[in-house]
Amino acid sequence: MNRPHFLLGGDELPFTPGETVLEAATRAGRYIPHLCWHEGFAPHGSCRVCTVKVGTRTMAACTTAASEGLEVTLHDEALDAQRRSLLQMLFVEGNHFCPSCEQSGRCKLQATAYAAGIEGPHFEEFYPDRPIDASHADLLLEFNRCILCGLCARASEQYDGKAVFALGGHGIASHLVVNSASGRLVDSDIHPDDLAANICPVGVILKKRRGFDVPIGQRLYDRLPISSAPEDEAP
Amino acid sequence: MNARPAGPDIDTALHTVLARHGPDRHALVQMLVDLQAMLGWLPRRLLADLAAAIGRTPGDVEGVAGFYRFLHLQPVGRYRLLFSDNVIERQQGSHELMARLCRQLGVAPGEPRGDGAVSVATCSCIGLSDQGPSLLVNHRLVVTHLDEQRIDQLASLVDHEVPLHDWPADWSHVQDTVHRADVLLGSTNAPGQALQAALTRGADAMLAELQTSRLRGRGGAGYPTASKWQACRQAPGPEHVVVCNADEGEPGTFKDRALLRRQADALVDGMAIAAFVLGARRGFIYLRGEYRWLLDELLALLQQRRAAGLLGARILGRAGFDFDIAVHLGAGAYVCGEESALIESLQGERGTPRIRPPFPAEKGYLGLPTVVNNVETFCAVSHIALHGGDWWAGIGTPQSTGTKIHSVSGDCERPGLYEYPFGTRIARILEDCGARHTQAVQVGGPSGQCLSEFEFNRRIAFEDVPTAGAFMVFDRRRDLFEVARGFAQFFAHESCGFCTPCRVGTELLRRRMDKLAAGAGSRHDLDVLFELDHLLHATTHCGLGATACNALRDTMQKFRPAFERRLQSLHFAPGFDLDAELSVARRLTGRNDEAAHFAQPVEASRPPP
Repeated sequence: MNRPHFLLGGDELPFTPGETVLEAATRAGRYIPHLCWHEGFAPHGSCRVCTVKVGTRTMAACTTAASEGLEVTLHDEALDAQRRSLLQMLFVEGNHFCPSCEQSGRCKLQATAYAAGIEGPHFEEFYPDRPIDASHADLLLEFNRCILCGLCARASEQYDGKAVFALGGHGIASHLVVNSASGRLVDSDIHPDDLAANICPVGVILKKRRGFDVPIGQRLYDRLPISSAPEDEAP
Repeated sequence: MNARPAGPDIDTALHTVLARHGPDRHALVQMLVDLQAMLGWLPRRLLADLAAAIGRTPGDVEGVAGFYRFLHLQPVGRYRLLFSDNVIERQQGSHELMARLCRQLGVAPGEPRGDGAVSVATCSCIGLSDQGPSLLVNHRLVVTHLDEQRIDQLASLVDHEVPLHDWPADWSHVQDTVHRADVLLGSTNAPGQALQAALTRGADAMLAELQTSRLRGRGGAGYPTASKWQACRQAPGPEHVVVCNADEGEPGTFKDRALLRRQADALVDGMAIAAFVLGARRGFIYLRGEYRWLLDELLALLQQRRAAGLLGARILGRAGFDFDIAVHLGAGAYVCGEESALIESLQGERGTPRIRPPFPAEKGYLGLPTVVNNVETFCAVSHIALHGGDWWAGIGTPQSTGTKIHSVSGDCERPGLYEYPFGTRIARILEDCGARHTQAVQVGGPSGQCLSEFEFNRRIAFEDVPTAGAFMVFDRRRDLFEVARGFAQFFAHESCGFCTPCRVGTELLRRRMDKLAAGAGSRHDLDVLFELDHLLHATTHCGLGATACNALRDTMQKFRPAFERRLQSLHFAPGFDLDAELSVARRLTGRNDEAAHFAQPVEASRPPP
C-alpha cells in the first residue's frame, strides 16, 4: 500500500498517519520556520511562527495533523508578512541585542528572522525590566531573551525527569519560573549536561566560561541559513 | 476589628485545606482559592508546602497560582477592593469614584497601604453593569450603585476596620430586574420536573428531541448541542463528565447571574439530563470567581436536591442513575470561559486553552469524554425535555431556535434582563429598554460586534448578529474611541500570555490606543491597528486573541471620525518626544536649564535629587 501524501507548496510529501504537518515536512527534509517545536516533544503551539495556510484556513503547522491530499501553503505574500510580524513581536517584547549576544549565530530567533527578511523591529520596543539569574556556578539565565517557548520546561520534565522550569504569570507578564525554594537556579537540581540546559532556541540558558568559544562568523547559522542547517546541530 | 477574624497560621490553613480536599493534585486551584480566603495571600513557603503535600513541584504550583488574577503572590490589603472596570461603569464614573476612594484612604491604586489595611485596584467586569458602578470586596462581597456618598461611607468603614458582615446589607443587594421574560426567565417548573420528563422519554428519545430542537450553545460559538452530546456519548472512556460553564466573563454580560439565582433548578435539571443521556456520574459547575457571592446559595440548592433525591445516588429512584455535582470556583481569568481552558483550570492547571482536536467531547476532564455547556444552554435543555424539540424549534429562526436572554446595560432607561425569541431586531430591544439617541450598540461584548444606527434593523440570530448575551448601549454623548480603548485594555489584561500574537499583540494594541488617546497618533497608527487585527484574527491559538480586535475594527470602520480627531497628523507622527526622552538624563544630572532641553518650554522645575 502506498503511503499517504499531502501537498506542501504544491509538492507531494509522504506522511505517517498521526504526524503533524510540521513533523512530516521535517522528516521529508523540508523546512517550515518554527521556534517552540522540537523533534521528540509534543507540539506546544505557542510561537505561531509555523503558521501556514491549510486550504483557506490559517493554522499552525505544528498542531495540524497531516492528512491525505491536504493542501498546505507555506509562502504567499500574506503568510510571509504574518510570519515577519510574529517574529518582530518576539523581538520587541524582550530585550534582544544581537550584536552583543553570546548566542548570535546560533540563535534560532535571529536565524529565522534573517530567513524571513526582517530588517527592523517594526513595532515599538517594550524594553521590559527582567533581572538575570547568575546564581548558578555553571549556568546563567538571561531572561531578557526569553520567548516563552517552554522547551526548557518540557525538556526538564519529560527528558531529564527534573521539572527545573515552569511557566508563570499571565499576559505580557508571563515568565519562566525556576523551581527551587528560593526561585533561583543555584538552588535547583539542574546540571549543565541536562537537555533543559541545552535546548533553548534563543540565548536564555547560557554556559558560563564558554563565551565566544566559537568565533562569531563561524557559527552554525553564520555558515548556513536556518532552512538548510541540520536540526540536530541546532541548540 | 479586622476584615477577617484573626486568621489561622500557614500550617493550620494548609491542614484545613488538605483535610477538605485530600492530597488531590487536581484540586490545586480550589486549594489555592481556599487558602487565600483564609490567609489573604499566598506566601512562597505555603506554595512549597502545598506542592509537597499534593505531589507537585513548587515551581509548578507558583506557575499555576501566578496565572489567576485573583490569586495573590504578594501581600494585599486586609480589605481588597476591586472596582469593576467595564466601559459602561467607566461611563458611570467608576474611575473618578476610585480616585476619590484612593484619596480618602491615602492609598495608591494597585499597592497596599503602608499599614496593610487596604488595597484598591480594578478588575474586569464582575457582571453587575446593570447596577454599577460596582466593586468586589475580598473576592466575596459586592457593592452596587456606587456614588460619592457610598464611597465616603465605605472609606470610613475600611478605616475603622468594620467587619464585612456589619457593612450595610443593602449595599450588596443585587437586583435581577427582568423586563421581558419568555421561556427561560418566566418558567416556574418544579425542581426535577424536567428531569422526570427526560427519564420518561428515555435517553435515546431525549437526545432525539434535542436534535429536533436544533438548540445551539449559548456561550457564543453556537455549536449544536445535540451534536456535542452525541460525540461525547459515542466517545469511549471509563466515564463521562458533565460540566456547566458558569464563567460568564464577557464584559457587559450578567444573564447567567440571574439564571443561577432564579433558575438554578432548571440548570441542574439540564445537567442531570445530560448525565442521564451520557451515562455520566460526575458533574461540575465552574463558577467564575467574581460570582463567589453566589456560591453558598448554589451549594444549598444542590444539598436540597440531594435530600429530595434529585442528585446523588438513585436519582428519582432509578437504579444506576447516580450523578453528583461539585462547584469549582474560578479565580479571575476570562480565558477560562473557553471550554478547554476551563477544563485545564478544573484539573488544577494554568487556564491555557488546549490544542484542539481532540475536543473535550472526546478527551476533556482528565482525558475523559466531557460535555461543556453554558448555563443558559442547560436551562434550555430542561425546557426541551418538558415540551419537546418541535416546540422549541418553532420559536426563533430556522438556524437559531428558541429564545435568548440579553443583558442590557448602558445608556437606556431600563437596564436589566430581556428575553426574546431569536430573530428579534436590535431596534425593538432598544425601544423596549428605553434607549434614546443611540449611537451604537455593542452586541455580544467586546468580542462581539459594534453596530451603528443604520444597522439597528438587523436581527439577533446566528445567521445575522450572533451574541453571547451582552447588549451595551451607547448614546450620542459617548466617545466610541474611548469604548474601543477600554476593550483593548480588557484584552491586554485578560490575554493568557501563551501565544505570541495574543500576548504581544493585545499589549501593542493597548499601547497604540494609549498613544492615540495622548494625541500623539497618526494615520500610520490606524494602519498598524488594522494590521494587528488581521494578524490576531489569523494566527492566535484560541478565540480570545482572534476576537480581540473585533470591536476595534468595527469602531474604526464605522466611527472613523472618533479616531481621526485624535490624530496629530493624517500622515506620520513619531511615538516618542525627543525632549521627554531626555528627562531621565536631566534627573540624573540635576539639570533643568534651557540647554538641557530640545524644545523651548522648560518643564516645571524639579528639585535636584
